[in-house]
Formats: sequence, structure tokens, C-alpha cells
Amino acid sequence: MPDTPAPASGFGRLVLALLLAPALLWLVGLIILPHVDLGVLSFRERIAPRQYVASLAQYRAFFSEPLYWHVFVRTALLSALATALTLLLAFPIAWTIAKLARGRMAALLFLVCLIPFWVSETVRTLGWMILLRESGVLPALLVHLGLTAQPVELLYHDATILVGLVYTSLLFMVVPLVGSLESLDNSLIEAAYDLGGRGWSVLREIVIPHAAPGITAGCIVVFMLTLGNYLTPTLLGGKNSLWFTEQIYTQFITRFNWEQGAALGFLLLALSIAMVWLGLKASGQRFTAVMRRA
Amino acid sequence: MAAAGATPDLEVRSLTKRFADHLAVDDLSFSVARGSFFSILGPSGCGKTTLLRMIAGFIQPDRGDIAIGGRSMAQVAPNRRPVNMVFQHLALFPMMSVAQNVAFGLARRGVGRAERTRRAEAMLERVGLGGAGHKRTDELSGGQRQRVAIARSMVLEPTLLLLDEPLGALDLKLREHMKLELKQLQSAFGTTFVYITHDQSEALVLSDHVGVMNHGRFEQLGPPQELYYSPATAFVAGFVGANNRLAGKALAVDGAIVELVTSGGWLVRARRHGAVTAGAAVEAFVRPEATALGRTRSELPAGQPVHDGEVISLLFDGANSAVLLRERDSGSTLRIALPQTGAYADLQPGARVSFSFDPERAICFATAAPAHA
Repeated sequence: MPDTPAPASGFGRLVLALLLAPALLWLVGLIILPHVDLGVLSFRERIAPRQYVASLAQYRAFFSEPLYWHVFVRTALLSALATALTLLLAFPIAWTIAKLARGRMAALLFLVCLIPFWVSETVRTLGWMILLRESGVLPALLVHLGLTAQPVELLYHDATILVGLVYTSLLFMVVPLVGSLESLDNSLIEAAYDLGGRGWSVLREIVIPHAAPGITAGCIVVFMLTLGNYLTPTLLGGKNSLWFTEQIYTQFITRFNWEQGAALGFLLLALSIAMVWLGLKASGQRFTAVMRRA
Repeated sequence: MAAAGATPDLEVRSLTKRFADHLAVDDLSFSVARGSFFSILGPSGCGKTTLLRMIAGFIQPDRGDIAIGGRSMAQVAPNRRPVNMVFQHLALFPMMSVAQNVAFGLARRGVGRAERTRRAEAMLERVGLGGAGHKRTDELSGGQRQRVAIARSMVLEPTLLLLDEPLGALDLKLREHMKLELKQLQSAFGTTFVYITHDQSEALVLSDHVGVMNHGRFEQLGPPQELYYSPATAFVAGFVGANNRLAGKALAVDGAIVELVTSGGWLVRARRHGAVTAGAAVEAFVRPEATALGRTRSELPAGQPVHDGEVISLLFDGANSAVLLRERDSGSTLRIALPQTGAYADLQPGARVSFSFDPERAICFATAAPAHA
């Protein structure tokens, strides 16, 4: 037996299976199975202790209870706004890294974007709280400069939540943008100028169409992260934040209503998928092409 | 019209550009007549791309002025110059159709959609791409892409079309074809073309005038025939066309004829260009086709110094066939063109042959001190 080697294809298949095993275990064990379980949970109703029947009551509750509805729409709109702001802010940064900076400078700029991610999101968000709370650094500075008579509370506003979300998401927009802008041939930009283009028309006709897959990829990632973010809205927005993830948390942890929590979770997932699909449709992009950029 | 014809389309005066540690363009002045095909020929790194990019406006000169159609371009941005450029890799916009590529410049000038479409289509028709407007740029062949790049520029009716080695990326066969096509397009449009290349055959075939550039300066500027038959410097003699270079020392100067001895000890006579003194280091150049070949000395034309050699190899290339041989005494290698009659097709390496050339057709320069550290 030792001198007859196993058929290459069989051996290759075994190696492939072993290499894929961790990813498959993770996918099935931690993503698919819990989702199936939550899906089953969301379609049942407790009629008596330890007695459940299949029903659509959880989903009906979502549509009949205005608070759920409003928070849902508000989360979607604020997430879309945060994504748009992140794109506006990330584009010049990515342009600088991809087109203006050279060699070490580009790497350094990238590092500057990356450094905040060396500490956990909690610590970063607490940093914002130290800066923005009424007794914090920024209100004290405003009083010192004579701009406000009293220290003002800068936390617990929608704008504060947006600042925190944009800050957290920036890197995830910069990375795909840098990738797609780096692959833009400089001579295309020069040719556009040579043919009479100006800053804005070159951006609109050449740069944005070229970077579209990167822009879409960045927007999808940032939108999903923002929509599913729990920590930043809760800490920076306080009780006023009204973020949908908080509603889910409340159902599971505070009210022990796993059925309702599961239904809300699935609604958030549906929203996320719907928005991504709409984004792809609107920008005329294909999912596979976009994901190669992300 | 006579007055307009007198204004050169491009006039460059004392143009200078220095990058950190080297002078890319060194106090260059020249002008290009309206409607002509002007080439700038030089090895890579000679400053020709910098010169072209200064004309296009992408690089600001340190000193000097560029006038296009009689108007100084000193304060004019690249998107406002009456100049368009065909880029080295053409830089067609992949996100647009062929027609949109051609209409891009018109749209930037505020030409209406219907008029834009009409003019783009007419221009595509002129370059032989009628009906291809809806295609994507990557559906075209290399030659068609080049025509789109030219159409995209010519639709704006520029005073000057700049071409940055557009044939460099093509394979040989297509390059030969596109050379002819470029020449035909230029004469059909009548627009002034400024073409940069490192390929001397492109420059010779295409141009009315060629500037041979080296170390940021023109070594010589003139029609192709002049560059070929009476090069002004040793650099031009070596760079333009095939040439045999013989380095040595002048023994005696007799009027226009220099007698020189190569480092291997071969005595050669050549026509002097510029001042040459006896004892000075010199370089002589003999064109492969200026040399006559014979199996015996009696076959050679009378009245010329005769040399003997041994065939190293036969370089068969159809009409451009040549033989590589070693001069018998000095060991200098020499390339000699074979007559197209096929009379020498059976030459074998090692065969003994004789050759001669008219000293008037060999040219001798005093060796310049190594220029530009």
C-alpha cells in the first residue's frame, strides 16, 4: 500500500475539506443554526407558561405598535445619513492616500486611519463621551472661549450619534475607496482635463463611474455596520437614541420576550437586505463585482 | 492667409525644466510650421516626455515660453489650451462608449446633445469607424482604439495634436500599419502633429521635421533625409538609422578627409565633420548600405580603399538583409547591407570577402568630452 499513492483528486478533496472545515463550522454553528432557531422562535406565541403555538403575533405587534415602527424607520434613515456623511468625508481622504501621497506618506496616512481601531469600540466611544459630556473637554473649551455662558450638554443628540457612527465607520469606507481609486489610471484624468474637463466634470464623468464598485462596497459595509451598531447609539445617544438594536436588546434581556426579539431581529435583517438590494439597483452595480472590491 | 501661414503653430523659446537633480529640458528653442508633422526623437530619459507635457500644460516650465498659434500659453491651464493629446496608452475612457468618448470634449464645451452626437458620428466616419459609436472601447482592436483616441482629440479641432509614443504598446505588424495610417490621417486633417518617439524609423517615416533630443537639448533639427545623410553630431549618426561606429585616433587631416586608426589598428579614411586635429580622439560612422561587398577585390568599384574581412554571420531579413563581418587585421566588426539581387545569399560564416566604401560617405567627428555628469 505505501508505494501506491492515493489518487490525487481524492487527496485534494480531503485537503480542501479540511481547509474549509473551520469556516464551515463557524458558518453553520454560529450563523445558520442560531438564525434557524431565531426564525422558529419569531413565528410562535406563548399562550401559557411553557405552551407555544405557531403564530404571526410577533410580526403583527411590530406593525401595530407605533414605537417599533418609528424606531425602525428612524434607524434606517439615520443609518443612511451616516453612510452618506461617511462617504463624503472618506472620499477626500481616500483620494489623498491613493492619488496624492507617495510611498511612505501613503502608508503613514493609512496607518493614521487605522490607529483608532487598535483600541476597542467601547474605549473609543467613552473617549467621545469624555470630550462631549457637559463637564467634558469641549463644553469647557466653549465656555473658556466665551462662546457659551454655561457648559452645554453635547451628548444625547442625534448629531452626536451621527458623529460617533461616522467616526466608527470611516475606515470601512476608506479601504474600498482607496482600492478603487488606486486602480484609476492617472492618464484618464489627464486625458479628461486635456479634452476640456474641469474638476467637477472629471469627478462626475470619470472618477465616480470608475470608483462606483468601491463606493457601493463601502456604502454597503458601512450601512450594515451602522444599522447593526448597538454600542455607539446607546452610549452617545443615551435614552433618546431610539436605535432599533436597543429594542431587540430590550426584548431579549429586559423583557425576556425572545419571540418578539427574534421577530424584530429578522425585520432588521430584512431591512438590511432590502437596502443593499436597492442600493445595488440604484447604482447599477452587480453584487459579485462589488464584493470583490470590499 | 499668407500672414496666418507665417505664424508657426508652435513656438518654444528658451524652455527649461529642472527636476531635483537633473536638467530634463535645457534652454530649448524651436518652432513648428503650420500643418507639418514634427517628431521629437530621443532615447528614454532624454526629456522628450517632459517637453511634451509642458506643451500640453501638465508641467510648468521653470523658464522660457511656449506659444501656440501665436499666443503665449504661460498662464493657460491644460483644459483651455488649443492642444489635445493622444496618450501613450491612449487613455480611452472605459466607462463610456466609443461615441461618448469622442463627444466628451464637445460636452465640456457646452455643445448641445444632438449637435454633439452628429459631430462625433461624423468624426468617427472620417477615421473609418462609422457605425462603431455604440461599441465599448474594449471591443475594438488596437488600431481602432488609436483611431478613436485621435478622433476624440480632432473633433475639438485643436491647433496642435500631441502624440506621446502611441505606437509603443503595439506589436510590430500593427505598428507598421498604424504608422502609415497616422501619416494619412495627418495629411487628411492638415493639423500640426507633434509626435514623440524613441523609434527612429517611426520618426523618419512620419515626419516633415525631426528634432533629435539628448540630455534635454536638440542635437539636430531637420528633415529626416538631412539627419540620415548629414548628421550633425556623433550622437545623431549613431541614433538615426543603422550605422557602424569606429572609434579611434586621427592620424592625419587632409582637407575634408581624415585618416584615422581604430583602437584595433585598422586604417580608415572618412569625411570630416567639424574641426578635427591630428592626434585627437575621433569617431567615424559608416552606413551599412554605403559599403560595397565583393568575393574578390576585383568585384569592388575602383578608386576606393579596399579592406578584407571574414563573415561572422548572415543576418537575413528580406530587403534589409545584411552580413556581419570581421575586418581581417583589426578584428573590428562591421555590418554591411546585402544587395537585393540575392547574389550573396549563399555566403557562409568564415568566408573571406572584400569590401570598400567611399571615404566621402563615411563621416568622422571629434569625440566630445563626456557631456553632462
